[in-house]
Amino acid sequence: MAKKLRSKKAAERTGNIIIYIILVVISIVWMFPFFFLVLQSLRGEPGLTPGYFWPKQITFDNYIKLFTDTVPFDFPRWYGTTLIISVVVTVIQTMITLVTSYALSRLRFRMRKPLMNLMLVLGMFPGFMSMTALYFLLKLMNLTQNFGIVGLILVYVGSSCMGYYISKGFFDTIPRSLDEAARIDGASRHTVFLKIILPLSKPIIIYTILTSFMAPWGEFMFASLIFSGNSKYFNVAVGLREMLQRENAAKYFTRFCAGAVVVSIVPTVLFFILQRYYVEGVTGGSVKG
Amino acid sequence: MTERISEIEYLKKTSLQKFVYNITFFFKSFPQRFIGFFKTILPAFFLRIWLYIKGVGVTIGTAAKEGDWKTRVSFGVMGFSQLARGQIVRGALFLLSEIAFIFYMVCFGWSQLALFPSLGYKLPERGHYNDAGVWVPQQLGHNSLLILLYSILTILIILFFVFIWYENIKSGYAAQELQEARRKLPTAADDAKDLLDGQYHKTLLCIPLLGLTVFTIFPIIFMIFVAFTNYDVNHQPPMQLFDWIGFKNFVSLFSGNVSGAANFGMAFGRILLWTIIWAFFATFSCYIVGIIVAILINKKGIRFKKLWRTILIITIAVPQFISLLLMSQIFDDHGIINIMLQKWGWIDKSIPFLSDGNVAKFTIIFVNMWVGIPFTMLMVTGILMNIPEDLYESARIDGAGPVKTFFKITLPYMLHVTTPYLITQFIGNLNNFNVIYLLTGGGPLMSEGASGGAGQTDLLITWLYKLIMDQKLYGLAAVISIIMFIITAVISLVLYNRSNAVKNEEDFM
Repeated sequence: MAKKLRSKKAAERTGNIIIYIILVVISIVWMFPFFFLVLQSLRGEPGLTPGYFWPKQITFDNYIKLFTDTVPFDFPRWYGTTLIISVVVTVIQTMITLVTSYALSRLRFRMRKPLMNLMLVLGMFPGFMSMTALYFLLKLMNLTQNFGIVGLILVYVGSSCMGYYISKGFFDTIPRSLDEAARIDGASRHTVFLKIILPLSKPIIIYTILTSFMAPWGEFMFASLIFSGNSKYFNVAVGLREMLQRENAAKYFTRFCAGAVVVSIVPTVLFFILQRYYVEGVTGGSVKG
Repeated sequence: MTERISEIEYLKKTSLQKFVYNITFFFKSFPQRFIGFFKTILPAFFLRIWLYIKGVGVTIGTAAKEGDWKTRVSFGVMGFSQLARGQIVRGALFLLSEIAFIFYMVCFGWSQLALFPSLGYKLPERGHYNDAGVWVPQQLGHNSLLILLYSILTILIILFFVFIWYENIKSGYAAQELQEARRKLPTAADDAKDLLDGQYHKTLLCIPLLGLTVFTIFPIIFMIFVAFTNYDVNHQPPMQLFDWIGFKNFVSLFSGNVSGAANFGMAFGRILLWTIIWAFFATFSCYIVGIIVAILINKKGIRFKKLWRTILIITIAVPQFISLLLMSQIFDDHGIINIMLQKWGWIDKSIPFLSDGNVAKFTIIFVNMWVGIPFTMLMVTGILMNIPEDLYESARIDGAGPVKTFFKITLPYMLHVTTPYLITQFIGNLNNFNVIYLLTGGGPLMSEGASGGAGQTDLLITWLYKLIMDQKLYGLAAVISIIMFIITAVISLVLYNRSNAVKNEEDFM
C-alpha cells in the first residue's frame, strides 16, 4: 500500500516536472519578442536584423535620436498627438459607456430591448465599411489631416455606447433593493445613479478607463485612413509602421524598436497597476449567468 | 427534432450523466435553433414593428377624432395645443423645431433630395472661350457623393421630425385630457424634474444615441446605398458623376465580370473561404490551448503561479500593433528566426514564414495564438475553479485519465458557459484587420495581377481595405460589406438568441 502511494507520488512529481518544462518553454516563447525588441533598440550598428543575436555595441543613441532627430519622422509630435487623443477619448468614452449601460441595466422603458438588439446587429457590420462613409463625412467637415485629431476622437467616441455589455453586466449584479430603498426615501433616479450606483462601481469604472485608454493608444486602421499622407499628423501606430515600410526599414529599424519600447511603457505600467480590475472585468463580462 | 427527456427520467440520472446530457442537448439543438430563427424570431420581429405602427396610427386617430380645435390645430402648427393650455416652454420647443425643420428643408434639404433619384446630371466645366470668343468661367457641376450624403442626412432628419411631430400630437392630446379631467398640467419645472427621474433614460441616452446615429447608422446606410451605384475609379466626384445601377454590382461579383479585374468572383470565393477557415481556427486554437495553459498553471502543486501569469499578461499590456509589427520582422525571410536556424545549421534556405501563401497561413494562426492565448488564460482561470469537483471525482472513479476528463468534462463545460465569449471572438476574428494587415498585408498575391490585389492571406476585411484605398472600387466594396454583414448576422443571431447570457438577464435582479 505504502509502495503504491509512493509510486503515485513519484508519478505526480514527474508530471509536475513536465509541466514546469512546458511552462518554461511557454515563457521563453512569450518573452522572446520583447527581449529581442529591447536588445535591438539598444543596438549601435545600423540596418535590419543583423546575422547575430547579441548587439556588438550597446548604446542609447536610438532613443536620443528618436526625440531629437525629428525629420522626416517627428516622433515627439506623434506621441503628443496620441496622448491627447487617448486622454480625451478616455474621458468621453468612459462617461458614455457608463451612462448607456446604467440606462440599459436599471431603467425600464419601451425601447430598451429593441435598442439592445439594434446595437447587437449594428456591431456585426464590418467596421471598415462605415469607415469610408465616415471618411467622406469628416472630409466634408474638414476634420482630416490638420484637424485629424478632432476627427479621430469623434470617430472613436462616436459609437462607444455599443461597448456597454461588460459594464451593464456589472450593474446587473448590484442588488436592486439598494435602488428601491433610496427611491422610497424620495431620491430621484438621477440621485440614485450618482450617489449609490457610481460609488459602488469603482472596479468597472477603472476597467472602462483602462480599456478606453488602451484602444486608441494602439489604433491603426482608422488613423491610417484619416491621417493618410501627411507624416506630421500621424499617431504612433501609423508612424511606427511608416518607419518599417520597405524604403525606410533598413535605416530606421533600430529606431523603430526604440520607439516601440517608449510607446509600450505607458500602457504597460498602467496595465500592471490596474491589472486586478482588468481581470475582474474580463472574467465578469465574458460569462454572465 | 431534439426534445428534452421527461423530468423523471432526468432526475434518475447521476450528476455526471445529467451534466453530459445537458451539454449534448445544448449542442444538438443548434440546427433546431437555426430553423427557429427563421420560423419564429424573424416573424415575431416584423409583427412587433407592425403592432408599433398600428399603435401610432390609433393614437393619431383618437387625437384627430376626440381632440378639440386646439389639439387639431397642433396637427399643422406644432405646439399650439400646449401653448394654448399654458405649457409655454414645451409648446415653444415644438414650434421652434417645426420652424427649424421647414427652414432647413426650404433652404437646403429639398434641393438635395430632388437630385437624389438622378444623383446629379450637371458635369463640371472648365473655363473656356465659347464660339463667339467670350470667356466662360469655370462652372461647378453636381457632386454625386455630396448629393448622396446630404440626401441620406435629409431623410434621417425627416424621419426624426416625423417622430417629433407624433410626440407633439400625443402630448397635445394628453394636455387636453388632463384639462378635461380638471387636473393640473405639468409645468416646465415638472418636465425638467421628470427628465431626471421618470424620463431619465431620455436624458442619459440622447448623446450616446446621437453619436450612434451619426457615426454608425448613418455610414452604414450610406454604404448600403453605394452598393447600388457604379461609384468606382472611373466615376469619381467631383470631376465625374456616378449613377444608380441597381443590382449590377451583386451580379458581377458572382458572375465574375468586373471591368479591369478578371476572375473577381473567384478571388471573392477564395477569400471568403479562407476568412471562415481562419476565423474558425483562430478562435478555437486560442481557446483550447488557452484553457490548457490555464489548467497547467492552476494545477495544485505548481509554484510561481503569479510569475507564469505575469509573463503571459505582458502580451496584453503591450499595444497589439507593436507586437504584430515586431513579429512581421522576426518571421521575415531575413528575420532573426531564419538567421538563428541557419546559424545552428538546422536549415539551409530560409523558411518563407510570411512570403509563401500556405506557410504564411500557419504562421499567422500561430502568431494569433501568441496574441490570443493570454486573454483566454485570464478569462478562463476564474471559471475553471467553478467546475464542481465531484464531476472530476466520479470521472476518476470511472477510470478516466487527465486527457479524457479534459475532453469529456472541462472542455464541454467551458464551451457551455462561455458561448457568448466564443461568438464575439469568432465575429472579431472574421473582421480581424490588425493581425493580417500588419503581418503580411494580405500578401503574397494570389497570382500576378490578381483581381482587386487579392492576396492569399487576405481576409475579406483587408481585401476591402485594398479595394477602397488602392483600387477605389467603392460600389463593389459595399456589396462585399453587405455580404459579410449577412454572414455574421445570421451566425450570431442564431447563436445569441437562445444563449444563456441573453436569456437569463433578469435572473440577477
